[in-house]
Amino acid sequence: MVLMDVLSVRNVYEDAERAKDKKAPIGADVTIENFTDETVNALDMIDDLGDLSKQTKEDLLKVGVDTEEKNRSGSFLQVDQSNIFTNNSMSDSIEVMNIGIALEKYNWLEDYIWNVVKPDADKYTAKTALREKEDGIKSGYFVRSLPGTCEVMPVQACMFISDEDIMQTAHNVIIAEENSELHLITGCATGDDISSAMHVGVSEMYLKPGSKITFTMVHNWAEQVEVRPRTGVKVGDNATYINNYILTSPVSTLQSYPTAYCDGKNSRAIFQSIQGGKKDSIIDVGSRVLLNAEGARGEVISRAVSQDESKIYARGHLAGTVPNVKGHLECHGLVLDDNSFIYAVPELEASSANLEMSHEAAVGKISEDEINYLTSRGITEEDAESMIVRGFLNMDIKGLPDELAAQTQQMIDMSLDGM
Amino acid sequence: MLLEIENLAVEVAGKRVLKDINLSIDEGETHVLLGPNGAGKSTLFLTILGFPQYDVVQGSIKFKGQDITNLTTAERVKLGIGVSFQSPPSIRGVSVRDLLKIESNQDIKEELNPRMKELAKQLKFSDEFLDRDVNYGFSGGEVKRSEILQLLAQMPDFTMFDEPDSGVDIENVELLASEIGTLLDKDKTQRNRKRSGLLITHLGYILNFVSADKAHVLMNGVISCSGNPNDILEDIRKNGFNGCVECAQCL
Repeated sequence: MVLMDVLSVRNVYEDAERAKDKKAPIGADVTIENFTDETVNALDMIDDLGDLSKQTKEDLLKVGVDTEEKNRSGSFLQVDQSNIFTNNSMSDSIEVMNIGIALEKYNWLEDYIWNVVKPDADKYTAKTALREKEDGIKSGYFVRSLPGTCEVMPVQACMFISDEDIMQTAHNVIIAEENSELHLITGCATGDDISSAMHVGVSEMYLKPGSKITFTMVHNWAEQVEVRPRTGVKVGDNATYINNYILTSPVSTLQSYPTAYCDGKNSRAIFQSIQGGKKDSIIDVGSRVLLNAEGARGEVISRAVSQDESKIYARGHLAGTVPNVKGHLECHGLVLDDNSFIYAVPELEASSANLEMSHEAAVGKISEDEINYLTSRGITEEDAESMIVRGFLNMDIKGLPDELAAQTQQMIDMSLDGM
Repeated sequence: MLLEIENLAVEVAGKRVLKDINLSIDEGETHVLLGPNGAGKSTLFLTILGFPQYDVVQGSIKFKGQDITNLTTAERVKLGIGVSFQSPPSIRGVSVRDLLKIESNQDIKEELNPRMKELAKQLKFSDEFLDRDVNYGFSGGEVKRSEILQLLAQMPDFTMFDEPDSGVDIENVELLASEIGTLLDKDKTQRNRKRSGLLITHLGYILNFVSADKAHVLMNGVISCSGNPNDILEDIRKNGFNGCVECAQCL
């Protein structure tokens, strides 16, 4: 059976059709019709990331994508709706390809499509599915680490918007096979001259027993871009998923609530996010871990700083459904401007007697004592404030190999430079 | 005079805490400020330092001949004033190492200079310790040693110490006292001393290890008595601060 028929049998398109006007449960409602459907593969492939313009290279570097591909195990670049570059030849342990090509190569991959993210979740997932029905599943990437391999260098994947009023959709599938380790750096950005666009990225991740994925995402959108990533992660026995998310540049509205299903025994999911709200950005980022198997552990840590007139909703949700699971949620916010706003929503849900879950949330202004302390060391008040904000956001990212940890720290430093 | 305070009156949140303070400290001198809880010792310190919540409503503070009453804290520190706090705040994400670099005027991207590394070792800090967030989860003794280490990075001309020995075990008091001595040029002969200091102490224990030239007793927002540190301490030990009240009434 061809892929479209398989998905039809699974009612993917029927579900999507029904959900095409379904508002997301949280976040501002975006009028999808205001954006244009760009043709798939409208842009030509390039041979080398070095062929990109200097400006684009700089834009990509800001979100952790190195066009020289140093210390990388693979690269993928999608501009608007076209996959213009893939480098799959850097590691024997890892496969990187366009999702369309992967689906042609691997019949079994169809089982992983619209499985951990539902097409009828809201109108954005529905739109992505309905586009796929029309054009085929061609936008997005497939990354897979082969069984028993451990590639410490990260794959870099980038979604770039280059044209005005575009609605970019992508469907990504990431699989870590048994006992393998996979690291990803994904950057999303818009060209400097773009004032309005929309991005919907559907990402489905699967961690087989004993595997590990670290997924570090840096966003650098333009001020009038609407962003709706939709992410689901299935974590198998003894597998570990680590998600790091960094956003410090202005955006119009961004709403995401990635969900990890810890269905495997002793599985583990950690979400760490750094959000800096600027101008009139509305940022609504949550992380959800469902602890569905014995010994599962979940951790959600977020740091948010609101400036100007920004609004940040920092959400976290841990749900324990079986005994002997453990979860912790930590959400700290700093409100820097009276016109800005932080709303911390930590949720704990326990439906078994023998489990352990806790949360810690604190939202406030910069402490005067801390500013005074630093000024008493000869640091000006302005510099002291900036040091405190940067220090507050600069959390220790856990679980990365040394080299990647150092690179991630650089990415964080770069993102915090403007704070 | 290095520091000259004249007719100083200070209000905190509209309440007058210091009433009429006159105090002069010359180059190379170490003074001690004594007084019961709530007398205004810390207020005087933080006013000299220029923290914004301390309103000078009368009088002036001069440092090195310059009127600093309206300067910001950072500007005063740049002129050569330093302080060790009794209970400093902890700051997430700001490491001791980064502070030491800033305090010793080093580029933050460079490796910490060898002098500071050596001093850190002398103050019993491991290299890893320097990467910890400042004061975060530090023990009482670690806080005090870190304060002194930061001052050694700055080497101010005038240093104020707020209860440098409180919460420190006996063994470490000597270590701290020796570094406080360095900050106050105690290794030099009196004639050659340049650096000056003001110590706040409750019990005067630190004076067994750091010599002082003059003591002042602060009571109810005024300096009620000044003189030889040993005599004044002896008096307070015998008669408590009540003796000073009587003394103030005599003045």
